[in-house]
Amino acid sequence: MKYVDEYRGEPEAQGFARAISRITTRPWTIMEVCGGQTHAIVKFGIDELLPKQVELVHGPGCPVCVTPLELIDKAIAIASRPEVIFCSFGDMLRVPGSAKDLLVVKASGGDVRIVYSPMDALKVAQANPSKQVVFFAVGFETTAPANAMAVFQADNQGIDNFSILVSHVLVPPAMEAILSSAINRVQGFLAAGHVCTVMGYEEYGPIAAKYQVPIVVTGFEPLDILQGVYMCVKQLEEGRAEVENQYTRSVRREGNLPAQELIRDVFRIVPRKWRGVGEIPQSGLGLREKYQRFDAEDRFGVTDYTAEESPECISGLVLQGVKKPFECSAFGTRCTPEQPLGATMVSSEGACAAYYRYRGVRASALAAATKEI
Amino acid sequence: MCLAVPGKIISISGDDPLLRSGRVNFGGIIKEVNLGYTPEANVGDYVLVHVGFAISTVDEAEAEQVFEYLREMGELTELEAPSI
Repeated sequence: MKYVDEYRGEPEAQGFARAISRITTRPWTIMEVCGGQTHAIVKFGIDELLPKQVELVHGPGCPVCVTPLELIDKAIAIASRPEVIFCSFGDMLRVPGSAKDLLVVKASGGDVRIVYSPMDALKVAQANPSKQVVFFAVGFETTAPANAMAVFQADNQGIDNFSILVSHVLVPPAMEAILSSAINRVQGFLAAGHVCTVMGYEEYGPIAAKYQVPIVVTGFEPLDILQGVYMCVKQLEEGRAEVENQYTRSVRREGNLPAQELIRDVFRIVPRKWRGVGEIPQSGLGLREKYQRFDAEDRFGVTDYTAEESPECISGLVLQGVKKPFECSAFGTRCTPEQPLGATMVSSEGACAAYYRYRGVRASALAAATKEI
Repeated sequence: MCLAVPGKIISISGDDPLLRSGRVNFGGIIKEVNLGYTPEANVGDYVLVHVGFAISTVDEAEAEQVFEYLREMGELTELEAPSI
């Protein structure tokens, strides 16, 4: 496929790996923010091409992973109602809530449907005027334009039996939360290319300056990631802390302005709780007052839920780049993609699921080796 | 989740700018895509598509940048420039 295959060439990847080795003189820890990048890194073994001194740690950029437990419980409560058709992206269905997941609701007769786009959920609402149709609006900035459009069109076309359960989070506040943590070890970032496609990258300048970290906006194919690592290491070695753009075929400095305009019209910035991390101020999106009637939490009276996480799951530390999945005692035994304890094992973009899928047995061997050191 | 896939626009329809829609070819699979956020996109352009929405038009010249970078570092000397 054009604009995919050519960025996966082995000789070019080796070229970048050699160049990275050549400029690396000290150990560096770099975080890739986005779960899509984590998936590609583990799948293609990109981390294994790098010199030992360059460590990639995996960031919080997995919306499925950071959606808080109580919001999953709210989704389950809403989806269990007889008048509701609950629409969601597929990977939310297996995320464990306190007692069950959305798949169990579906198996017990709930009308839970997997859709590809929030606009598909809007069509379901139009086709079923006697039902309440709820879309589980999870995502980062990349997905916000789609969800904003669904709400805007529902309002515009008077589709009143449609609502969204909002779990929208923003990347820059999470990066700041990681950098200001006492246990932070991240020295440079690969920023999420599609988030920046929508939002641009001007808001990362103050973060790079304040925390003195290089931030390289990076794409998702192996050569993109390797070039992003090269650019980041080069800055670290030269003592620079700037924002650079590797993913120029998609990302412009100002981002996608029409998309930002509709996001601003429909959503406002609110504090959000991140699963495994806790509440981060100004880190999410909620509906503006003029669209509040499309808020499923209000419509179904589920605003005040609380829930306790599994004490054994270390996904919070994994999401902050402090621990690797195989450092968890439950990894691959009491916690698997079939029976996940936490969300990082559920989504294919979660670090735990990626390690389980691509590194399964080797991860245990690696864990043993790490302990010996 | 933030996955966006490149595809080529083969036709465009719709009068409402926000609901402008295109048929997009993803390596042989054709899907209807909302082009409301990419008013600059024309038939023949490649767009990056996320959950049914084009979020950017792929810049053809910039797409070469990765290989130019390698070339400048002297790591692409023995390789043919990939044909894209």
